[in-house]
Amino acid sequence: MIDEIDQQIIQLTQTGLPLVSKPYHVIAEQLDISADEVMARMQAMQDNGIIRRIGAIPNHYKLGYTFNGMTVWDVADEMIETLGQQVGGLDFVSHCYHRPRHLPEWSYNLFAMVHGKTQASVDAEIAQIRALLGEHCRAHTVLYSTRILKKTGLRIKR
Amino acid sequence: MDDLDKKIINHLQTGFPICESPYQQVAEELGISEHCLLEHLQKLLANGVLSRFAPLYHAEEMGGALTLAAVKAPAEKFEEIAQIINAFPEVAHNYAREHELNMWFVIATEQPERLNKVLVEIAEQTGLQVYNMPKMKEFFVGLKLEA
Repeated sequence: MIDEIDQQIIQLTQTGLPLVSKPYHVIAEQLDISADEVMARMQAMQDNGIIRRIGAIPNHYKLGYTFNGMTVWDVADEMIETLGQQVGGLDFVSHCYHRPRHLPEWSYNLFAMVHGKTQASVDAEIAQIRALLGEHCRAHTVLYSTRILKKTGLRIKR
Repeated sequence: MDDLDKKIINHLQTGFPICESPYQQVAEELGISEHCLLEHLQKLLANGVLSRFAPLYHAEEMGGALTLAAVKAPAEKFEEIAQIINAFPEVAHNYAREHELNMWFVIATEQPERLNKVLVEIAEQTGLQVYNMPKMKEFFVGLKLEA
């Protein structure tokens, strides 16, 4: 799927794209291949989903999004496919996953991250998810993040 | 942060071009000079408004493994536990959250078999039970945060 050269491109770019006029040329020089090849390989990785996107990853807090809630829901397993698609489709949900329960203490199997600049805006978002799930919601809670302890993004090691 | 900073952040969250002079292209779209764009990006990265300007790689698509895990860190040992967990290069992010499970972190490894080893090592080094919550299905990942 990805070869050694792709791995090297990932290695060189995962912490940041060079902030120079021709960033792909810088990567090419470091790998001793042509810039066209770097661009073709990165385009291919983007086309097949290895690169989700290239771009700016903001710090939520610094943008004023101080209310970052991980909403977790206990819904019937047989309904989760349908409900997950619906919750994931809401425009304020950034991540939506089915994850395993840890019974008895953790019964939540549907996770949806929501973000807001005020408590009221996040509360409204949560109410909207609650309404969407309706009778299928057996329990839910919200875990607010209070601090970023680390945020480097994923790094592959060689 | 000024209006131009906001414009740049909003514009660049959706995707950056793969071409000879991508900054020049984006600068033109924003109606500014390439030099001005690069200067602003440097500033936004330096002051932490942007945590990264980079390709966002999809761990599983690269053949790696990814999971979300949580621990119940005792309040008096919270910083120590955070240090132990953050010291693992495989820990991509770690958040303090208001809950009995008060520390939530993402582990990404290039070798799938390394993932369980990291989970075991974290349990051993912290002396805590690690609640492993790997995704069983991804419904959505995305969102633009308007600056």
